[in-house]
Amino acid sequence: MNTLMSRALDSAQMAGAQYADIRVVDSRSENIQVKNGVVETLNSSESLGFGVRVLVDGAWGFASSRELTAEQIESVSRRAVEIARASGLVRGEGVDLGPAVKSLGSYQTPVEIDPFSVSLEERLAVLLAADSEMGRVDGIRVRQGNLVSIRENKWFANTEGAFTEQTIIETGGGIIATAVGESEVQSRSYPTSFGRQQVTAGWEVVLEWDLPGNAERVGNEAVALLTADPCPTDVTTTIILGGDQLALQVHESCGHPTELDRVFGSEAAYAGTSFLTPEKLDGFRYGSDSVSITADSVRPYGLGTFGWDDEGVPAQSTPIVKDGNFVGYLMSRETASRLNKVSNGCMRASSWNRIPLVRMTNVSLEPGEWDLEDLIADTDEGIYMATNRSWSIDDRRYNFQFGTEIGHEIKNGRLGRMLRNCTYTGITPEFWNSCDAVCNEKHWTMWGTPNCGKGQPSQIAHTGHGAAPARFRNVRVGVFKQQ
Amino acid sequence: MLGQKGAETVCKDVLTRAGTDQVEVLFMVEDQSLTRFANNTIHQNVAERNGRLMVRVLQGKRIGLATSNRMDRDGLDALVENGRTNAEASAEDPDYPGLPEPTEYSAIEAFDQATADFSPEARARAVAQVCRLSGEKGLNGSGTFSTGTSEVAVANSQGVFAYHISTNADFQTVVMSGDSSGREQGSGWRVADIPVEFLGETAIQKAEVGRSPGKIDAGEYPVVLTPYATEDLLNMLNYYGMGAQTLLEGRSWMSDRLGERVMSGLIDIWDDGLDPNGVPMPFDYEGVPKRRVDIVQKGKVNGPVYDRITGGKMGKTTTGHAPPATMRSLGPMATNLFMARGTASTDELIRSTDRGLFVSRFWYTRLVHPRDCVITGMTRDGVFLIKDGELTYPIKDLRFTQSYVEALANVEMVGSETRLLVSEFGGYATRIPALKIGKFNFTGSTV
Repeated sequence: MNTLMSRALDSAQMAGAQYADIRVVDSRSENIQVKNGVVETLNSSESLGFGVRVLVDGAWGFASSRELTAEQIESVSRRAVEIARASGLVRGEGVDLGPAVKSLGSYQTPVEIDPFSVSLEERLAVLLAADSEMGRVDGIRVRQGNLVSIRENKWFANTEGAFTEQTIIETGGGIIATAVGESEVQSRSYPTSFGRQQVTAGWEVVLEWDLPGNAERVGNEAVALLTADPCPTDVTTTIILGGDQLALQVHESCGHPTELDRVFGSEAAYAGTSFLTPEKLDGFRYGSDSVSITADSVRPYGLGTFGWDDEGVPAQSTPIVKDGNFVGYLMSRETASRLNKVSNGCMRASSWNRIPLVRMTNVSLEPGEWDLEDLIADTDEGIYMATNRSWSIDDRRYNFQFGTEIGHEIKNGRLGRMLRNCTYTGITPEFWNSCDAVCNEKHWTMWGTPNCGKGQPSQIAHTGHGAAPARFRNVRVGVFKQQ
Repeated sequence: MLGQKGAETVCKDVLTRAGTDQVEVLFMVEDQSLTRFANNTIHQNVAERNGRLMVRVLQGKRIGLATSNRMDRDGLDALVENGRTNAEASAEDPDYPGLPEPTEYSAIEAFDQATADFSPEARARAVAQVCRLSGEKGLNGSGTFSTGTSEVAVANSQGVFAYHISTNADFQTVVMSGDSSGREQGSGWRVADIPVEFLGETAIQKAEVGRSPGKIDAGEYPVVLTPYATEDLLNMLNYYGMGAQTLLEGRSWMSDRLGERVMSGLIDIWDDGLDPNGVPMPFDYEGVPKRRVDIVQKGKVNGPVYDRITGGKMGKTTTGHAPPATMRSLGPMATNLFMARGTASTDELIRSTDRGLFVSRFWYTRLVHPRDCVITGMTRDGVFLIKDGELTYPIKDLRFTQSYVEALANVEMVGSETRLLVSEFGGYATRIPALKIGKFNFTGSTV
């Protein structure tokens, strides 16, 4: 591998590149989906290929191929240089990558039980048992379950002397029960929505989640939601968000706007820009004193946990929001140098055939001091909302609207009646400044978001978000008028 | 690219390895390039050569799938072995009707050599025009210009072999001032059909007239939607209800409405994989020929698109809309959608509006509730207040929460021109007109 990779770097330099890097990615995944007792998908997927990124006279080029041969390595490297020269026809002010990156070493996700060592029959048995438990609930129309195992072997080398090798292992799983009424459709998911919870770990997490043990409850909740009272329409009240919902709130309203490539306009035509412009750094009140948010790639279980990013920068932890103050960005080498800073290791590509972009690692809301029970008891009136159902935010990440699978009224410090079709909306800094309590470590979970889209051509990243339930005051809820 | 003979050889190699097992092979090879620009400079410029093989191995009623991008001897051995192992571990599938038998399909012209040969330099020179024009106006131009070639083949042990080669080209640009933006897009399978400079000039003009937007209260307004906004209505209605699977599971907006008139009588929606005015594809991912499906006729819900699984369960015949085996849970979906044009020019749509909003585009739209296809999202890249039949001033972006079924029920006029757009999710094309809708529910605004 070393020889092939060196050949790419040599070929690129011979063709005129001042900087080059190569990533070789060999990935394998297994995906099992069961619906209404039928095994709809049992798929093993393999993908092998490499991508060469070059800088020629201040302009970028990238080419990739699935054929990992010496001939293709040379041809693709030359193609990358040719593309960079074309970029040079419309070049900017040049590229400063900052200090050289010379990382060396290897990394592997720690796992207790390699998910690929667990037989397909055993994995399938978990889903079929959960399906059977959901099937015990009258009124469930669609029962779904899925398990995902991923192993990605990745090699990186650059012309500055870096050479790293890492193996990232991810395990994911989840169930969904859907009930259908006369004019109503309601779903409940476990451990979280959009199919599954996913983390960097082994089969041990699936055993912890106990999908079959939660299946009947999930089914009962879906059926109960059909006849639950609707969320009050267009009122301003207090809300407590469950950790899984808050994870996506952090992702959309803090993670994305702190991506420094967006701030500089790289995503303007597609994913949008950001309201967190550079003059706000170290001088903008993003949230209340209760709000501290960290970007890190070292915490266990996170889908943004690795050894090095896709520029060879080591994994690390950096504050983004500290006690409510906006203090940091997610950065690449190029974007960091524009602010006279050094990359904090956030360049990630979805596979060998995509360039790295500034992506979230694990962007997490740090735990506070409250027990959830105490927080609810401390709330006179409001709504507890959990598990995301819909999400939308504007192109500068100000105006958002979220919907959740389930809600419960809070009255006089107690959880009351179940509420369906809950929605809430707000403006990002106003919302985070209305946060007056965050629950403690006991309630904090590292949630996985394996479906983060960005870039053209499209890239789907896997990101992590630790969060515990938190309380927000004066939030507009019930945007969706319903019968 | 491997060509039809090359694709056939690879598929046969896989089928031979499967021995007596029933097997289906899906072969997909692509050579794609994309030039991306922002701040009036090219900042990303990429190319990819990839190919994938997907097998569905049947052992009785048990099915195993395997996918790989390795097409060498060892790769093909491993592919078939993985599919076989998965079939052995799987449970019996009572819903799958078995592999399809060969059926004649119509070959469709969708390949353009000039598009396949379009070079990085040619893309850069086209992009340079837009960057230069934006720069001259003190505006910030960004966007993408992509070109490529794709091959798809489907073969199975029952004798099916279907092959299609196509090219694709797409240009999109967002041009921004400090407080406004304009966007244009052109898609097709011939790069020469995309008027890059014209699209750039139009986006620039929109960014200029959109400067200094005012605020307006949320509420219900009549709207004139450009085809870019109409596209979102069709894409969402497709994803959340035009496929038979959603109907079968009771979560389609069509549920309990088949045969009913739920949209304006001006609305006709159909899917036609054979129409070269879209992005044609003659067969589905099982090699079954595509048929035209009239989904909504004069506002009346006619029915969804089917694959063989959903057709079998619902007593219908497949319409040739099977997804790849690995995406079975999504069910069949329309892929080459059309909405019928009307008779009004965009100016006439505006002139007929006493007070309303001209909406350039919707963005970040998500499902709030399935049964009426209630969607929330933002406007983007230009909203203008219409007063007394004229565009007056620009408005800051608004959030809406609106049933798309109800929106199409309230259509009052349909534009006379249609535009072909390829979905951001790839592979799905729509040809749609502008619309005038009597009321549309805006629920908030941004900073």
